[in-house]
Amino acid sequence: MSNRPSFVAKRVPILDRSINKNRGNEINVAAFAFLFSEMLQYAQKRANGIQDLEKRLSDFGYRVGIRVLELQVARDKPNRRENRVLGILYFIHSNVWKSLFGKQADSLEKGTENDDEYMISDNEPQISKFISIPKELSVLNAAAFIAGIVEAVLDGSQFPARVSAHSTGTDQFPLRTTLLIKFDKSGM
Amino acid sequence: MTIYSVFIINKAGGLIYNKEFAEGLAKLSTNEYLVLAGTFHGVHAITSRISPVPNSTGIEMLQADTFKLHCFQTATGTKFLLAADPNHQNVDAALRRVYEVYADYVMKNPFYTPEMPIRAELFDMGLQRLIKQLNSV
Repeated sequence: MSNRPSFVAKRVPILDRSINKNRGNEINVAAFAFLFSEMLQYAQKRANGIQDLEKRLSDFGYRVGIRVLELQVARDKPNRRENRVLGILYFIHSNVWKSLFGKQADSLEKGTENDDEYMISDNEPQISKFISIPKELSVLNAAAFIAGIVEAVLDGSQFPARVSAHSTGTDQFPLRTTLLIKFDKSGM
Repeated sequence: MTIYSVFIINKAGGLIYNKEFAEGLAKLSTNEYLVLAGTFHGVHAITSRISPVPNSTGIEMLQADTFKLHCFQTATGTKFLLAADPNHQNVDAALRRVYEVYADYVMKNPFYTPEMPIRAELFDMGLQRLIKQLNSV
């Protein structure tokens, strides 16, 4: 990799940069909020219905999640592959959340009715912190984006699952969101 | 030192938000609020032209016996009006903080169309919290 002398310092192309050099890089939450707001408006124009809109957000998140998985595994777990459900869930809860949002997720629970259901909760998801959903669309949850990211991480680790986002606001944390993870039989 | 009410006027002069935060204020009908906003918008435009000093920005403070009204105009022409009691010291700082709440919960809301009336729950809650905090000081 040659450093060509030039009047303006040229940045190294992104695929040649060191993976570990930029860990812990932060971006402004306001900048991301504007970007996410535009993504939501873009999806809303093309969607026909709330379910479709949620699916589009989830797809956006899916594309991010595939890359997040590769990056995090390469940075933090180069020699071990998760092959237990609890292991991969813990990886998402602490590692993935920490790299995306700067803190661990707030809780990881096992569903009570079915064996293949788990829940990860976040008391204040940063991406939907500024979004007020109007009454007509109250079923929509903007955290469908995060659900997409988690779904991609699970699919990529050979634990196919369906992830959906639900608002479980409490008095103390009105924006609390829970991701419901339902594993397919093939992965368990 | 209490804040009585907040008004937000879009760049065309239409009222997009108004809220009262004190008891005992005179009740106005929605139409009267709209007329109030339009009148203020007009007065603001006139004052910025007739000012003896060139490059004036228009009316910033209006003081009466029972209240004072501060106006903050953003670079895009949106006006924030804050009516407070006459001895309130820091209305300007309060206005800046209202602007911050607006920038956070209205501008970043994908379901908000600019220049339309504001219907964002988080904005109402945030503003309520801010005013409660300012009034209790």
